[in-house]
Amino acid sequence: MSQTESPKATATNKDEEQARWLAMYEQMLTIRHFEEHVNQLYMTARMPGLAHLYSGEEAIAVGVCAALRRDDYITSTHRGHGHCLAKGARVDRMFAELLGKEAGYCRGKGGSMHIADQDTGNLGANAIVGGSAGIATGAAMSIKMRGSDQVAVCFFGDGALGQGVLYEVMNMAALWKFPIIYVCENNEYNEYTHYRETTAGDLSARSAAFGVPCETVDGQDIRAVYDTAQRLVARARQGEGPAFMLCNTYRYYGHHVGDIQRAYYRSKEEEERWKTQRDPIQLLADWLVEQGMTDHTLFERIEQKVQAEVEAGEQFALNAPFPDPGEVEEDVYA
Amino acid sequence: MRTITYRDALREAIREEMLRDERVFILGEDIAGYGGTYAVSKGLFEEFGEKRVRDTPLAEEVITGAAIGAALGGLRPILELMTVNFSLLASDQIINSAAKFHYMFGGQPQIPLVIRMPGGGGAQRGAQHSQMLETMYAHVPGLKVVTPATPYDVKGMLKSAVRDPNPVLFIEHELLYNIKGDVPDEGVEYTVPLDRGEVKRAGQHITIITFSRMLHVTMQAAEDLAKEGIDAEVIDLRCIRPIDIDLLVDSVKKTNRVVIAEEGWKYYGTGQGLAALIYEFAFDYLDAPIQHVHGADVPMPYSKSLERLAMPNKDAIVKAAKAIVPAVLAHT
Ligand SMILES: Cc1ncc(C[n+]2csc(CCOP(=O)(O)OP(=O)(O)O)c2C)c(N)n1
Ligand SMILES: [Mg+2]
Repeated sequence: MSQTESPKATATNKDEEQARWLAMYEQMLTIRHFEEHVNQLYMTARMPGLAHLYSGEEAIAVGVCAALRRDDYITSTHRGHGHCLAKGARVDRMFAELLGKEAGYCRGKGGSMHIADQDTGNLGANAIVGGSAGIATGAAMSIKMRGSDQVAVCFFGDGALGQGVLYEVMNMAALWKFPIIYVCENNEYNEYTHYRETTAGDLSARSAAFGVPCETVDGQDIRAVYDTAQRLVARARQGEGPAFMLCNTYRYYGHHVGDIQRAYYRSKEEEERWKTQRDPIQLLADWLVEQGMTDHTLFERIEQKVQAEVEAGEQFALNAPFPDPGEVEEDVYA
Repeated sequence: MRTITYRDALREAIREEMLRDERVFILGEDIAGYGGTYAVSKGLFEEFGEKRVRDTPLAEEVITGAAIGAALGGLRPILELMTVNFSLLASDQIINSAAKFHYMFGGQPQIPLVIRMPGGGGAQRGAQHSQMLETMYAHVPGLKVVTPATPYDVKGMLKSAVRDPNPVLFIEHELLYNIKGDVPDEGVEYTVPLDRGEVKRAGQHITIITFSRMLHVTMQAAEDLAKEGIDAEVIDLRCIRPIDIDLLVDSVKKTNRVVIAEEGWKYYGTGQGLAALIYEFAFDYLDAPIQHVHGADVPMPYSKSLERLAMPNKDAIVKAAKAIVPAVLAHT
């Protein structure tokens, strides 16, 4: 903060800052609750399998999307609920999509792994690992060709670093200076195999070969994620080209909801360690308290609000009608 | 004989071939420590070690190219691709290289490669995870494409595939891994050829040709038809390329009526290819137009209410059969 700012301006900044972090807190909590409910829906056989929960990784989607405008683009993955919500999707319509209801973002045709929401700049989740790397890069190309100052963000997991397309897109984006951030969510596992068994060398050194700067961030620390994303997004907006963000994180649940016996690929202790010591929501809460930006009544209010929203959203979706049978043949072509 | 699952039959075939021939090895994503997404390779890592049971990076194009290279280098790889949907990332290596090297290089190299992968829908996995793509590969000369539907066939055909000097696309089905069937005792050696279909139910009124999971749906349909006096012959194609055309023609000569039932899409697919062949080789024996039961001509919708409508079912087969078997015939 510069010294010339008036005390009033400082107070306003402080208020703004508080509001911003609390909004991010609320959003992370919303994703957390949403995913817990999704898991319950699966456990009680009201939703099919193959939902990949984002719990534990919330700080990345929320921190990155907080640095974006509504008209900026994102592409997402099979583990995409967090990305969609962070970019502005509504809880009720998300639930509706997961339950295959007409009110869902894709009219029940997409499902958990395929949610797109054009209104919030979400170009779509791709269930093919690495599948959206080219697409996000092309969206950035459209931004550049249209002379817009939007930015595109491509989310993908550590597993996608095995796919050649990730390197091919960085080459092209660097060559043509596209406004895109490649955000790698390294949760340490490609499905059931530790990334060290499938991925050689230094993850953060990869993009440098293309002249794409890489920033490694603690993906559990939303303040670090947000600050880094802000810098890289600003850079891209100003026409300075692509960047790579390596976020270290962890998923709390199995690879997908059905992956319940995890002992043979990772230990309970490892899971506990992340949950108790590295939880992104708790870390932000602790910091907010430390800064005197909040107290327990405020946390409780947020908790209640989020719970109410998630429960109402779920109820809405459970009660919502399935698509009309005629929908099967609709929308094959535009 | 004993009764085992399709999954166990596959594992036995892999294991027996690895014991028989030390050039055989397996590679794929999550196949070693984890034992494979569909638990087919469970225990093999412990038995054979990391040299012959290899967890690969998540890189379908690369691991397929590497498997082709390993075959050229004198090994006999069994590559597991997690599903046929992901084989699309490897389709360049499969179609432009594996299928062509033997011919294009004047008969010099052999590519004794097996690519195992499940296809199919019906589990609400969404449009990118529910495809039957055997048709795409079956279009390509130089590839063998098989779709075993029973534990007996899957074991015997995988053994043949491993011993075959050509690239074999071995297409399983996501919903078949738990089905059970009779398989000879362990150690009793048998193989099933890669160019023969099989009559799974003999009948006289109509021939229903099918493959993969739809075999089981068709067998149920045949039971229903039997109750109405229609005696259906069910042919499991087993091999999509090459096609056992003689078996089909012989059956048509007997029944004079054909229904083709498949899970895949309608246009330019396996079903239409079969129909064209039957019209070509058995036109004079047909008493009615061939009926085609297939998946809806759309990407697979996720919602269970829609997916159910997009998947071909027993009733559709029964209806198609009844449409071409005259009532007078049904009770002869
Ligand atoms: C091309 C392709 N190959 C395989 C799969 C099956 N699959 C789905 S998720 C996944 C692991 C992805 O790991 P990562 O990229 O680290 O993402 P995470 O699940 O850890 O978020 C695999 C192998 C797929 N969806 N697409
Ligand atoms: Mg991962």
